[in-house]
Amino acid sequence: MFMKSVAEQKVLALNGNEAVAYAVKQCDVDVVAAYPITPQTIIVERFSEYVANGEVETAFVCTESEHSALTACLAASLTGARAFTASASAGLALMHEMLFVTSGCRAPVVMAIANRALSAPLNIHGDQSDTMAQRDSGWIQIYAENAQEVYDSVIQAFRIAEHPDVLLPAMVCLDGFQLSHSMENVSVLPDEVVKKFVGVRQFPKVLTHEGKLAPLRLDPENPMTIGPVAFPNYYFEFKRQQEEAMRKAVEVIRQVHNEYARISGRSYGDGLLDAYYLEDAEIATVCLGSTAGTVKAVVDELRAEGVKAGLLRIRAFRPLPVEGIQKTLGNVKAVGVMDRSMSFGGHGGAVFHEVRHALYDLDKRPMVVNYIYGLGGRDTNLTQIRAIYKDLQEIAQKRRVEAPIKYVGLRE
Amino acid sequence: MTSKEEEKSWKEISIAAVCWKPNTEFLTGDWKTYKPVRDPAKCTRCLLCAIFCPDGAIHLKADKNDIEFDYDHCKGCGICANECPVKAIEMELK
Repeated sequence: MFMKSVAEQKVLALNGNEAVAYAVKQCDVDVVAAYPITPQTIIVERFSEYVANGEVETAFVCTESEHSALTACLAASLTGARAFTASASAGLALMHEMLFVTSGCRAPVVMAIANRALSAPLNIHGDQSDTMAQRDSGWIQIYAENAQEVYDSVIQAFRIAEHPDVLLPAMVCLDGFQLSHSMENVSVLPDEVVKKFVGVRQFPKVLTHEGKLAPLRLDPENPMTIGPVAFPNYYFEFKRQQEEAMRKAVEVIRQVHNEYARISGRSYGDGLLDAYYLEDAEIATVCLGSTAGTVKAVVDELRAEGVKAGLLRIRAFRPLPVEGIQKTLGNVKAVGVMDRSMSFGGHGGAVFHEVRHALYDLDKRPMVVNYIYGLGGRDTNLTQIRAIYKDLQEIAQKRRVEAPIKYVGLRE
Repeated sequence: MTSKEEEKSWKEISIAAVCWKPNTEFLTGDWKTYKPVRDPAKCTRCLLCAIFCPDGAIHLKADKNDIEFDYDHCKGCGICANECPVKAIEMELK
């Protein structure tokens, strides 16, 4: 089942940002264009050292803003290059316009996001407001739990994004500071194993204005115009194609994850969802990212006490694995969805909206409540998570939800 | 915009909004207010106007020694008149 590369790995001490840079170094990336912002800066800083040392053959472009950084990556990607950038918070917000242009042009740019709160008031610490605000931008979003998964996810992201059935840009999200700046042991694969795994970009053929079928990339030998303008008679059709690519990405993420598991010996659930003690769970939480580590510790304690507690960690939030959510949570009595961002004026946070929505079509569905936590880098500890499970136990017992949206660790 | 074609489904068209036919059939020349008119006596055939035209609407004639305006696509921007070193092009109200 496993290949010999599993045993050829070495262990390095890397923080999450360094794990990203190391993975990108191994992925044979042609162009990196970026602009610094905390807590992402280390990613591009480390990568610039690889460039300066001649360890990579990558064109490194320092731009005047994040908007330009993503635009440069988009342009490079459309010529057939493999392109990478990284950002966070206000930087990602400034990219907003180009996020949609990148996905609309079907350019498989990979971007790491060290999740950080949005101003105002200014806050450099971790929460997921920045990427949640971009969830409708047509990008694949993968949230990692630890530095090891960050490394693994970046390598997988290139394969997923560039898959001819997908061709969508992808974000790998790591919680600012909790992951970006925390050093952990990270097992890394040999360079040649990663290079072989990511392979070279493949280009599906498209019909051009010259009436020719040509690979989808800007090439003077086969001129084409990508994503210029579509009027009301065609715009809608192109958007429907993007949704189809997202649906196909569900299976591609699973396949790439499984293939990667064979070369690395590491897997994260089915690649989309990481289910922890959910087979017989009566109460469960749902979360994204590093918080899952803390939650798993609490689940272990509760299981030792005989409580049927579980956790569903959503690894792929875009595309949302709807069937998997229904299958893993369908028989749970009470589900607490944890959101590390707010949707002001909405009914709870984004993850809550989507998970509760996914469960609505089931004949017998769990009660689902929302816990908003950890905004602006506020710590979430074992005691608070235990209190969430206690709350869920009461909801399951009473079969009644009194307050669907609660705030964890907030001074009332 | 004067073209009407059979409209295709999302499954039939190129992805990434790649254009699958040239846009020359869209006769966009009616957007202009002013049109370029050349004085052939002044013109030195330097072809700078054809190079500067942002719309590719100044064509070289077959023998490549002269130009002609493609009024079906010229938007009347006036760049050719501005760039002409001998002022052989005038912009006239259409």
